Amino acid sequence: MANQKIISRNTKLEDNQYKWGFELDIDSETAPKGINPEIIKFISKKKKEPEWMYEWRMKAYNHWIKKGDSEPTWANIKYPKINYQDIIYYAAPKSNDSAPQSLDDVDPELITAFNKLGIPLEEQKKLTGVAVDAVLDSVSVATTYKDMLKKAGVIFCSMSEAIQNHPELVKKYLGSVVPYSDNFFATLNSAAFTDGSFVYVPPKVRCPIELMTYFRINQEDSGQFERTLIIADEGSYVSYLEGCTAPMRKTSQLHAAVVELVALKDAEIKYSTLQNWYPGNKDGEGGVYNFVTKRGICKGQNSKISWTQVETGSAITWKYPSVILQGDNSIGEFYSVALVNNFQQADTGTKMIHVGKNTKSTIIAKGISAGKAQNTYRGQVKVLPTAKNAKNFTQCDSLLIGDKCGAHTIPYIEVNNPTAQMGHEATTSKVNDDQLFYLQQRGISLEEANYMIINGFCRGIFKELPFEFAMEASQLLKVSLEGTVG
Amino acid sequence: MTTSVPEQYIKDYKNLNSQINQSEPNWLNDLRKKAFQNLSKNGFPTKRKGNEKWKYTNISKLAKTSFSFEKENILQKSNYKNLIISDDSWINLTFINGALQTDISKIKNFEKGITVTKFSDAFGNPKINQLIKDNLSKFSQIDEDGFTSLNTAFINDGILINVDENAKILNPINLSFISHSTVTPNVSYPRILIIANKNSSLNIIENYIGDSSIQSFTNSVSEIMLEDSSKISHYRLLNEGQNTFHIESSRVNLKSNSTFESTSFSKSSKISRYDLKVNIEGENSYCNLNGLYLTSGTQHIDNYINIDHIKPKGTSRLNYKGILTEKSRAVFGGTVWVREGAMKTDSIQSDKNLLLSDEAEVDSKPALFIYADDVQCAHGATAGNIDAETIFYMRSRGIDLETASKLLINGFANEIIDCVNIPGLKKELEKLFLESLPKYKLEF
Amino acid sequence: MIKEKSLLEIKNLHVSVDDDIKILNGINLTIKLGEIHVIMGPNGSGKSTLANVLSGRPGYNIDKGEIIFKGEDITSQDPEIRARNGMFLAFQYPMELPGVRTWQFLKSSVDAIRLHNELPELKIKEFDKLLEEKKEIVEMNSELLKRSVNEGFSGGEKKRNEILQLSLLNPTFAMLDETDSGLDIDALQIVAKGVKNYHNNNNSVMLVTHYQRILNHLSPDYIHVLMDGKIVKSGDKSLSLELESKGYEWIRESILKQS
Repeated sequence: MANQKIISRNTKLEDNQYKWGFELDIDSETAPKGINPEIIKFISKKKKEPEWMYEWRMKAYNHWIKKGDSEPTWANIKYPKINYQDIIYYAAPKSNDSAPQSLDDVDPELITAFNKLGIPLEEQKKLTGVAVDAVLDSVSVATTYKDMLKKAGVIFCSMSEAIQNHPELVKKYLGSVVPYSDNFFATLNSAAFTDGSFVYVPPKVRCPIELMTYFRINQEDSGQFERTLIIADEGSYVSYLEGCTAPMRKTSQLHAAVVELVALKDAEIKYSTLQNWYPGNKDGEGGVYNFVTKRGICKGQNSKISWTQVETGSAITWKYPSVILQGDNSIGEFYSVALVNNFQQADTGTKMIHVGKNTKSTIIAKGISAGKAQNTYRGQVKVLPTAKNAKNFTQCDSLLIGDKCGAHTIPYIEVNNPTAQMGHEATTSKVNDDQLFYLQQRGISLEEANYMIINGFCRGIFKELPFEFAMEASQLLKVSLEGTVG
Repeated sequence: MTTSVPEQYIKDYKNLNSQINQSEPNWLNDLRKKAFQNLSKNGFPTKRKGNEKWKYTNISKLAKTSFSFEKENILQKSNYKNLIISDDSWINLTFINGALQTDISKIKNFEKGITVTKFSDAFGNPKINQLIKDNLSKFSQIDEDGFTSLNTAFINDGILINVDENAKILNPINLSFISHSTVTPNVSYPRILIIANKNSSLNIIENYIGDSSIQSFTNSVSEIMLEDSSKISHYRLLNEGQNTFHIESSRVNLKSNSTFESTSFSKSSKISRYDLKVNIEGENSYCNLNGLYLTSGTQHIDNYINIDHIKPKGTSRLNYKGILTEKSRAVFGGTVWVREGAMKTDSIQSDKNLLLSDEAEVDSKPALFIYADDVQCAHGATAGNIDAETIFYMRSRGIDLETASKLLINGFANEIIDCVNIPGLKKELEKLFLESLPKYKLEF
Repeated sequence: MIKEKSLLEIKNLHVSVDDDIKILNGINLTIKLGEIHVIMGPNGSGKSTLANVLSGRPGYNIDKGEIIFKGEDITSQDPEIRARNGMFLAFQYPMELPGVRTWQFLKSSVDAIRLHNELPELKIKEFDKLLEEKKEIVEMNSELLKRSVNEGFSGGEKKRNEILQLSLLNPTFAMLDETDSGLDIDALQIVAKGVKNYHNNNNSVMLVTHYQRILNHLSPDYIHVLMDGKIVKSGDKSLSLELESKGYEWIRESILKQS
């Protein structure tokens, strides 16, 4: 199991610092700052994209310009105005200019860099049972286990490759779940996305290994705009993981990704995230603005989409992984742990849109607030008139550690069918004193006792993660909680 | 986020000014002027993306309609006698278009320790004038939204209910507001200021009655202040005509060791909104808010209930329930705030909805905003059908689905009616709510 | 004479729940008037399912077999019709009915069954008298009757309320689903007294239980052991004592040996 420490392999618990904050020494090629038609042309050209892709980007760009200053303001987050012309929209390792065909072509420096992050890419050292697509700033640098996946018929590659090699699939599904006009950040992403992962699982195929994308922002002043598209064809199954880190910088960086999932009849997609972007320092300086649009559609009957997220990083999180339950009997799930400390702010949750008959959704969200951080759960459950016998159960629990933080719960329950059964429950409290005392009486330190209780509070979510990820999540929780008690 | 205001309000405002110019003290004139300027500047709130307060309620039709205000009018008072819920033991006060009708109200010789004064009668009395000046618009701030501004601009006929220290007023004060006019559509501006001084207690009923044949708009504002160790039990009944608009804002402020109990019943109006906010501004205070809404036709009922825990050791309970039929829509928006330092707050909020029609819709948004750690807060919301297990339990006792449905729907409503401690009122509410429940077979 | 007549016959009953999880795998059981049958077995053996399926609880698929009650096939009958025909289930977890007053619930139930049997509804006074008499048996606090059904009742009070209903409705066939679980000694005695008071030669009882202790108060005719959805052993009262001291594993082992 030693080589499966994915995220926190270098973690020393005594050291209360962000472990992934070092800068990778990589020679980059960057576009000039700002966004305009030339930059979009530049990105599209760099990616050797066909004309239709460029046109789609421009459509999004024009929409973004037309809508003007329409950044969403309803979320419970505060940040200084972002100057979108002061961001680098394209940064790529120079050596990556011509996309590597196999791992042998990948610049050894890049492999070393990812090794340092705990993501070995070499054939002999790579993570067992997990195929990794490594994305650095704007581009995918390597994908492991390509042959094995090819044999199974599974397509797992960077979005840039998919646009060139599987245009029919990309054309059909890109923007089908999150249209370019969806929201301010999704529109910007549609115009300027640089890379991301693409997955297609053919009918009746159970993807033989876990798929993983590891995102790393490295270049200073750059934004990351990746775009991920996963299609599970009829009767297929895939489990996909994403992890992410960024160097420590005094200024904030923008990450505005879009993820689209499509599950056809009888298909299942399990999407897990360990979000560990740089959260900023103790005084609230720097950190990643994580403004992400994630949405899946259960298009066919009996399909299932399950989102699991453990959010410990980012200065600000704005993200609502959602499911449109269109197929009859389809299932949507959302399991979330969101932990904020110091000056972090999170406004995260989900949307479950019930369209088909007998659709079911489950939402379990656990929020932990410490320091001076603010944590908001925001979730919508909507039952349309067509969704006969729709069922939802929502449970949101929040823990507060210290008297300077906040925990907020905002559900939106919108029901338009009398046969629906919707139930929402939420609680907010601090860690129970009696429980702490019980553990202390058994000789456990206060800090350890707190960690044990909080870990227990999150266990239900961790068990939804693939095994190795669950271990990492628990470690991440421990690191993020350091210094919050006592 | 707002729309412009119809000309008619400007006309009426000028008209009112010319009518009351002499009798009004300067401070009130200034307040009204400021309120009107506010309204002209900000207009009415409209449903738009990002306006969380009005997310589910579209008042554009109300905002566009020209409602006239008629200060004096002739009314066949007997016409409304049967609509008024009253009891001889109660202190019955009747208002027409927001103005207290002294000839059909009991305003003198009731219990010791309580005074009811029309604002317009109070200005000659320096003490009472000062009391009103100090408290009016303190918690219902004129810039809160266009509707509060509008009401404030038209303050003229408001009343002050003042309960002396240590006075326990047992017989309920019953305020009946009748909307009636010779011109349609008409608007009225009820305004109430209630002060319960230290260690006093009061039962109060506010009921809104109207005629289904006329189109009217009731724009009501009340401010209720509870001093240390005081207690108010408040009952509200909205039973106007089906063709009316009703926008009501109520601001309640609790000092230490005080108790506020509120039970609200709504079953009328085309569009209605009850915006109740309770500030818990003293330690060890308690508020218990209950509500029942029954919607039918194409009605839209919005309950917007907020509780703000500012001081420690407060307890709040909220229990609202809705029964929705036909093509109606109900909205529940409720937020509990626990401010920094409000430790040992204990708060539970619940909103439950029963949908009895394919075309009814409910939107519920019960939110918690917590800024203190040593608290116990919970909320819950349900919507839809009664669960199959419950129905099975009844059927396993030989009760058929139809009877079981009736018992369960009745029981659902009864839970709130049971909160009423005034027997005469409870009986009327049972008649008004239980007897009009639709026959419905729950899905099983 | 009457004693010989079979009240309930379960023939080769197979039951599953969603996702094709099989719970009962061919139950055969005949219960005659006047008899007390006890169903015992380890957790998850299907005991509660059996009682629930007999009373018509939704959510179960009957894959095979039939249930004959009073000579009639009731396998797909509505639960209220079974109840009116004299079948009663004391729930393991009685439901709370918010806002539904206990008095009103009990009267609706008594009247529904009376009407079915072509008897007139009880007048309020008559019903109150009956209720007064029956509540004494289970030592039920009158205050509880004024509240909503089971709402805010303690575990013991809920179980007593079930026995009160048993006495009021006076069914021909009573199933008690772990009614003795979680009760203290006093409450257990009251429940046992209620059952004893109810039972006579013209009715039958099926008791689902984990424990032998309630059997000290009653005299069962048969003990059946349910394992993996099948009755694997039947015997008289002594079997329950044996189970109490030895657990269930020895039965499993002896079955394995036989096969």
